[in-house]
Amino acid sequence: MGKDFTSALRPAIVMTILFAALLGLAYPLAITGIGQAIFPVQANGSLVVENGKVVGSTVVGQAFTSDRYFQTRPSAAGQGYDGLASSGSNLGPTSQALIDRVKGDVEKRRAEGVSGALPADLVTASGSGLDPDLSPQAALAQVERVARVRGLPAARVRALVAAQVEQPLLGVLGEPRINILSLNRALDRLR
Amino acid sequence: MTIQGWFLILAFTGILLLLAKPVGMWLHAIYEGRRTPLHVVLGPVERGFYKLAGIDPTAEQGWRRYAVHMLLFNIVLMLFTYAVLRLQGVLPFNPQGLGAVGGHLSFNTAISFTTNTNWQSYGGESTMSNLSQMLGLTIHNFLSAATGIALAFALFRGFARHHSPEKGPATIGNFWADVTRITLYLLLPACVAIAIFYIASGVPQTLAGAIDVSTLEGAKQSILLGPVASQEAIKMLGTNGGGFFNANSAHPFENPTALTNFVQMLSIFVIGAGLSWTFGKAVGNTRQGWAILAAMMVLFLVGTGIAYWAEAAGNPNLHALGVPGGNMEGKEVRFGIAASALYSVVTTAASCGAVNAMHDSFTALGGMIPLFNMQLGEVVVGGVGAGIYGFLLFAILAVFVAGLMVGRTPEYVGKKIEAREVKLAVLAIAVLPLVILGFTSLSSVMDAGLAGPLNKGPHGFSEILYAFTSGVANNGSAFAGLTANTPYYNALLGIAMWLGRFFIIVPMLAIAGSLAAKKYTPAGAGSFPTTGGLWVGLLVGIILILGGLTFLPGLALGPIADHLAMIRGQLS
Repeated sequence: MGKDFTSALRPAIVMTILFAALLGLAYPLAITGIGQAIFPVQANGSLVVENGKVVGSTVVGQAFTSDRYFQTRPSAAGQGYDGLASSGSNLGPTSQALIDRVKGDVEKRRAEGVSGALPADLVTASGSGLDPDLSPQAALAQVERVARVRGLPAARVRALVAAQVEQPLLGVLGEPRINILSLNRALDRLR
Repeated sequence: MTIQGWFLILAFTGILLLLAKPVGMWLHAIYEGRRTPLHVVLGPVERGFYKLAGIDPTAEQGWRRYAVHMLLFNIVLMLFTYAVLRLQGVLPFNPQGLGAVGGHLSFNTAISFTTNTNWQSYGGESTMSNLSQMLGLTIHNFLSAATGIALAFALFRGFARHHSPEKGPATIGNFWADVTRITLYLLLPACVAIAIFYIASGVPQTLAGAIDVSTLEGAKQSILLGPVASQEAIKMLGTNGGGFFNANSAHPFENPTALTNFVQMLSIFVIGAGLSWTFGKAVGNTRQGWAILAAMMVLFLVGTGIAYWAEAAGNPNLHALGVPGGNMEGKEVRFGIAASALYSVVTTAASCGAVNAMHDSFTALGGMIPLFNMQLGEVVVGGVGAGIYGFLLFAILAVFVAGLMVGRTPEYVGKKIEAREVKLAVLAIAVLPLVILGFTSLSSVMDAGLAGPLNKGPHGFSEILYAFTSGVANNGSAFAGLTANTPYYNALLGIAMWLGRFFIIVPMLAIAGSLAAKKYTPAGAGSFPTTGGLWVGLLVGIILILGGLTFLPGLALGPIADHLAMIRGQLS
């Protein structure tokens, strides 16, 4: 056993250093170089720039709480959509805190005049707290309010929502969804 | 449940089975040390490493030497990462200006990544600099995976090589050659390709830190970037699971589309599935490998079906509020119910632990499946290497039990299974229940343990049980409501992860050594056939009974009690 141990010392230390250089520095830095060269937009966070200002990322969600916009899902990331503190609520199915929170959101939607079954994603927190999407149903449930606040015909807003739906890849992979930043930017352009 | 959801599950399974043979063949070439097309580029790197480290790759090792070299390498790697984390504040590539990682957290994290667990007591974005992510953590994602595969190779050689009259007992390979070849000819090139695909799909890869954004509503948002894609690629392929961000693969930057999600699930399983084929090839009968994969797929599809059903059925307490349908708490819209349920089963069947939805917020039974998968020892495909060697421990017990039941000679792929192998297999398998149940019980009565859970009632108990299960099984996923970044949990989980990794590996290597010292026993009329449907059924039974039964009382106190409360509307 003693000889097994002493014969392992040099390889263990040298291989740690060599692999650290290869896998911990050369590999990620090479990928960074390749990414920055071929896909600079995605590699830098798919940022959306408007009038020279960064207004968000197409990949990561941002908070929309105003009645003028399509509102995002509840978020447990920091105070909501905190890009430095991604998190789900981690509340379990029998949690009083979960049910109280959902009840509050349901009542808010009912006060806006939404009747019938509420889309689940509209009143539940996502896994990351940074979900960029809503289901088409959750967006449609907000059409009346947005149209009313903005003084737009509901039919035009509804058509805008329909145009923003991303269908599953090849019809099967993923869920129908709407990127809320993209939808709300289109909404701002609507006159 | 929808037709589209089931189509996803079956398409995933089908593609996985199609990939098993080609990946298995590639692994077999590495197992035998054959030349691959990649040797033109990477061959000099391999030889250079051996030269600098003073390694003779042709020097065969017995099981003791293989074990000691493996252990010492892992200990040095762990100390290296501990040092990187403790010195984070003075090291470069730290755009957010983060300070040193605390002592007990560094201890926990260094063990976590060394053991292929990747349990995250830390929130990635608020704790780890870019250098720590790359140099401290990414290297373990490669090397803990390579170690796992190397150990599987060692066990394969125990079955495939025989005592010979001239040379005596057979050896089980050279640890350094195995680890180096697996890293250079499999993990690294595959990760380069996958990382570039991830970047194209929207995963960031930069050395910059956070970007300040003024949102459409005029608020400020900081969006953290970093070298995410390079880590993401090996995080899945090596069944590591430690995310760049706190929310792991639920975070849109780690997993931006349904396609990246699909590729991630395949990456988690593909090497494990391939290794089943490699095992069959190594012992001279690929049907032996397919039989193992068949048993794995039975357990996988049953688990997936239950988890998908439970999540699609949803939470009656939300239904009562006028929110019908499946459970979307903790899930992302782009994945929905089916892809989230499937991912949760894949990540816990394998020893990955990446999550694309928060398991803590699953329905009671939906969350029980990931828990149970880990308690079975993660042998349903399993972690890279660890899955197949864990599975072979059950196979040894299965032939033993079969021998007792029908009076056949216990033999498996040409080797007589005798008392020593069975004892060692039981020793390895007993680690899981002993440590999981021991530490969970302790934490359920200690104040420091009870301070952890976020949720109250049975679900809080589930959080503790899940944590130790995940730790000992080297999974790394969590019922993340548990506040685990405390001295108590960091220390106890660190110990649990170490026991769960190396206290299984050492008896397993001893079995490899013991088998390699045996003569080849050709299958005769008295041998129990280990390729057909009967064998697959026996394997599934042994895994469920020996692996699962021990945990039923614990499951009754946690998820099952939680389920009963859920359907009765009892909140806590």
